[in-house]
Amino acid sequence: MRNFRKFLACAGLALALTSTSAVASRAEVVLKRGNGAEPESLDPAISTGVPESFIQMDIFEGLVHPGPDGTLRPGVAESWEMSDDGLTYTFKLRPDAVWSDGTPLTAKDFVYSWARMVDPTTASNYAFILWPITNAERITKGEVPKDQIGAVAVDDHMLKVTLRSPTPYFLQMLMHHSAYPVPQTAIEKFGREWTRPGNIVSNGAYTIQEWVPQGHIKAVKNPRYRDAADVQIDTVFYYPVEEYGTELKQFRAGELHTTYDVPQELIPSLEKDMAGQFRNSPYFGTYYYGINVTREPFKSDTKLRHALAMAIDRDILVKQITKGGEIPAYGWVPPGVPGYQQQQVAWAKTDQKTRVADAKKILAEAGYDKGNPLKVELLYNTNDNHKKIAIAIAGMWKQFLGVETTLRNEEWKVYLESRNKKQFQVMRAAWIGDYVDPYSFLELLRGDIGEQNPAGYANPDFDATADKATRETDAAARFGLLGEAEKMVLTDMPIIPIYFYSQQHMVSDKLKGWQDNLMDWHPTRYLRLE
Amino acid sequence: MLSYAVRRLFGAIPTLLVILTITFFLVRLAPGGPFDGERTLPAEIERNLAAVYHLNEPLPMQYLRYLGQVVQGDFGPSFKYKDFSVTQLIWSGFPVSLQLGGTAMLLAVVIGTALGAFSALRQNSGLDHAVMGTAMVGIAVPNFVVAPLLTLVLGVHLGWLPTGGWGTWSQMLLPVVALALPQIAYIARMTRASMIETLRSNFIRTARAKGLPERVTILRHALKGALLPVVSYLGPATAAVITGSVVIEQIFGIPGIGRYFVQGALNRDYTLVMGVVIFYGVLIILFNLIVDLAYGLLDPRVRYD
Amino acid sequence: MVLNDPLATSPASPAPIRGRSLWSDAWRRLMRNKAAVTALAVLALVVLACFAGPALIPFDLDEIFWDAIMAPPDLAAGHYFGTDTNGRDLAVRTLHGGRISLMVGLVATAVSLTIGVIYGATAGYLGGRVDSVMMRLVDVLYSLPFMFFVILLMVFFGRNIVLIFVAIGAVEWLDMARIVRGQTLSIKRKEFIEAARAGGVRPLSIIRRHIIPNTLGPVVVYMTLTVPKVILLESFLSFLGLGVQEPMTSWGVLISEGSANMESAWWMLVFPAVFLAVTLFSLNFIGDGIRDALDPKDR
Repeated sequence: MRNFRKFLACAGLALALTSTSAVASRAEVVLKRGNGAEPESLDPAISTGVPESFIQMDIFEGLVHPGPDGTLRPGVAESWEMSDDGLTYTFKLRPDAVWSDGTPLTAKDFVYSWARMVDPTTASNYAFILWPITNAERITKGEVPKDQIGAVAVDDHMLKVTLRSPTPYFLQMLMHHSAYPVPQTAIEKFGREWTRPGNIVSNGAYTIQEWVPQGHIKAVKNPRYRDAADVQIDTVFYYPVEEYGTELKQFRAGELHTTYDVPQELIPSLEKDMAGQFRNSPYFGTYYYGINVTREPFKSDTKLRHALAMAIDRDILVKQITKGGEIPAYGWVPPGVPGYQQQQVAWAKTDQKTRVADAKKILAEAGYDKGNPLKVELLYNTNDNHKKIAIAIAGMWKQFLGVETTLRNEEWKVYLESRNKKQFQVMRAAWIGDYVDPYSFLELLRGDIGEQNPAGYANPDFDATADKATRETDAAARFGLLGEAEKMVLTDMPIIPIYFYSQQHMVSDKLKGWQDNLMDWHPTRYLRLE
Repeated sequence: MLSYAVRRLFGAIPTLLVILTITFFLVRLAPGGPFDGERTLPAEIERNLAAVYHLNEPLPMQYLRYLGQVVQGDFGPSFKYKDFSVTQLIWSGFPVSLQLGGTAMLLAVVIGTALGAFSALRQNSGLDHAVMGTAMVGIAVPNFVVAPLLTLVLGVHLGWLPTGGWGTWSQMLLPVVALALPQIAYIARMTRASMIETLRSNFIRTARAKGLPERVTILRHALKGALLPVVSYLGPATAAVITGSVVIEQIFGIPGIGRYFVQGALNRDYTLVMGVVIFYGVLIILFNLIVDLAYGLLDPRVRYD
Repeated sequence: MVLNDPLATSPASPAPIRGRSLWSDAWRRLMRNKAAVTALAVLALVVLACFAGPALIPFDLDEIFWDAIMAPPDLAAGHYFGTDTNGRDLAVRTLHGGRISLMVGLVATAVSLTIGVIYGATAGYLGGRVDSVMMRLVDVLYSLPFMFFVILLMVFFGRNIVLIFVAIGAVEWLDMARIVRGQTLSIKRKEFIEAARAGGVRPLSIIRRHIIPNTLGPVVVYMTLTVPKVILLESFLSFLGLGVQEPMTSWGVLISEGSANMESAWWMLVFPAVFLAVTLFSLNFIGDGIRDALDPKDR
């Protein structure tokens, strides 16, 4: 039975492929993408990383989907409506939506997929992404059965979703891989192995054809995809090249069309020698140092925190050390959220000389001098870039302020444990937003978020303002409240913003349609090879 | 000899059990768990994950459960690469590592012993120093320098060979060379040293005195006797080389299993680490057994008891 | 001090038993070997440069020159080896790094040599069940995941430079033990050992007086091969957070930083690599010299 079905599916695919090639009768267009790392899983409910999400973006399609510029476009849903209280969304699905095996894709598939996502037995890391949906959090916690999820298939093409509170970024969130539809039949039949070639059924522009762990993943055009006629690239190879140096060499030798990243230390020479193919643009992330505010001397002295922050010459840092076109950061939320007024620390307007002078004054007032210098231990995880930055900042603190810094590097998992247990004084960290909204950043500093809070920061006013913002349905008023909250962070300074990320790729000049965007999303279906 | 080998193979079972047991507890003692990441998970989600992977059970329970699985040949799913079982990952990567490492090791043994013997016969001459000096380069310049240098020059600038990937002969060439260089050096140095010693021993003098042709003396007697320390080294070295090298695999983008030893540990992928450690243990035991058997062939004085 | 090192680290030195004559004899023979003497002189120079050199350079190990980041070698500015990606003088860092690497090479090799030779000779000589158990233990140690061992060392004992040496030495003795055991299996059947045994010499004395000295040839050579291994292993430990912590450094760490920057800053790779290579070449010829000098059949 199992083999028979497989045979049918293969035969169907072969038929479809021959028919399209007969019409188009052109050479197969093959795209080779460097994709950073071996996927931990292709199951949208299981994976957590960026490389996985790039592949999933090509093989699945959610209700909404990113366009070539990363902004939201209708996907499986052709239209939607939000109730006035912001608590109910009604999605109208495309009547012609189908899975790659030809079975129709209906609202029930979304109900199944989302319930599976938050089901405790699925044990999804990212289950909380869907928690704004009514009952979703309680399902994950095992309090109510999964059929209680606030998503109902009114009919085959009408999906009604209720939220526990207004969530202005809900649609943005639906672009996250955890909201993709997944094939119930295949999952129930193949269990953990449903994502394998031959087993997998998906609904995106491509389907998986080969998967060699640590070797490559090969995806081919899905002839049943609604826009198949507009999809230019027939075959995509994703290579899990971890070494950026290797990846760049493969690109230069013409073995890759795009790279996942570039080696930091080569950016200046790439800008000079390969300017046409080197892409560098802002990314929705902040590189920062967290201060442990549960321990003295930083617990009671907010000024001391500012002194450390002020002595960092961010211009030197991004121009001389990181050299990757990063933006010096004086706020917590990266620029680029439409409609949100970016916040800055009070001293952002002064020049570096004044900052250092002021910082010195603060240290002197706190009683630190040459004989009794402030001693700081700086924790970072093993990585050349983190090391370079830590050395530079320790140097600035020493040369500008006379602060004595001890550097402590730890392997990633050890570092995470030290960080979560707050066994550090100052540590490096970074945050990349999951969706384009300031709350994706501000949430991190809530007093009730637990270990995730990088500084042990707990300010009841901040929490109250953030809460108020989550209940606010008016977008402008909500951004106003979030701005207030960010300002509180920048006054209390539990974190020292250092720079806003930039992202780098090599993109072959034969490849067209690649648009730089804040989320770094580049679905293959919009790309063309010439 | 056969009964010795059979006894040794049965003796491997308790050895493997010890390896399994120590590793099982060792990996769990290390700070950090398989599911820790940049984003700290809500407590409920962490509990769900622990339940699905049986990490919420008491350690002895987990140990017995794991042992029970292994006895049935099931090494469980990888904690990191969740769509694959550990067995699938190893069987997908090992043939690649074996092909790469096996070729490199074969090359190293042939070239290494030849260079070593050549040098020994011309002990302390200029040629000897030149050959040994060159061999030393293979050790003094580490893999992570040689490999990118080779790809840069031969792959990017000259365009003669692919810079990475796996599947064709041309893709194999650079990684094999990079992997073999230090091994050639090791083997050449050790062969030279023990060859010099053997050449002075009584039985070689006897052989020469008997008027045996020099070539026969050297190949059949001197080299054979000189290989003893080289063979001791080759056992564990072969096991290590055919299970892949993380540096070479990452630099050339090769889908072998070498990376699992390092990344498995960094990811705290308990099951994958256990799998590759046990697999490696089997190979170590096997190769050390072969070495011990080879002693008997190389030197009739060695007896099995 | 340095000149005597290779001898001082020789295992279970038979000197007290046989008296000075063997060693002074060997020393004389070593001094007659031109390649070895030259190598000794070069190594002495490297050691001298690493331990005395930094005092002559007017820069600190962690001093950052903001206007000379990744600057090529510049005689006028005094950065003879250039600067690194953080604008620190590479000459002073290379020499400081040499201290760590030389010490790791020396101590870890000595540890591995001592354990390996004693363990291997004992197992090989006693043979039978004892050998079987001892060698299975070696198999187990080969197989255990080294990285976890290192991570746990760090957790339980904290960061400690001595610990690095011990950790490395504790892993590297396995090969040595197997080599020595292999040699012993062959040597122990030789007439002079049989004679000693028949003469009622105790096993411990036989191992010390007859077995170990006769395995020294391959041991000395393998020892010179262990040095580069441990020096590079140290840089891997730094990667795990156990090695040297910034601003201290080592040749292994400098070379791996240099290899990442080889296209844009050749000096970052070339200078530390040359120091390491010169050291290893010298050790190589010294090792051969010692081997020749100790060779009983040559006497």
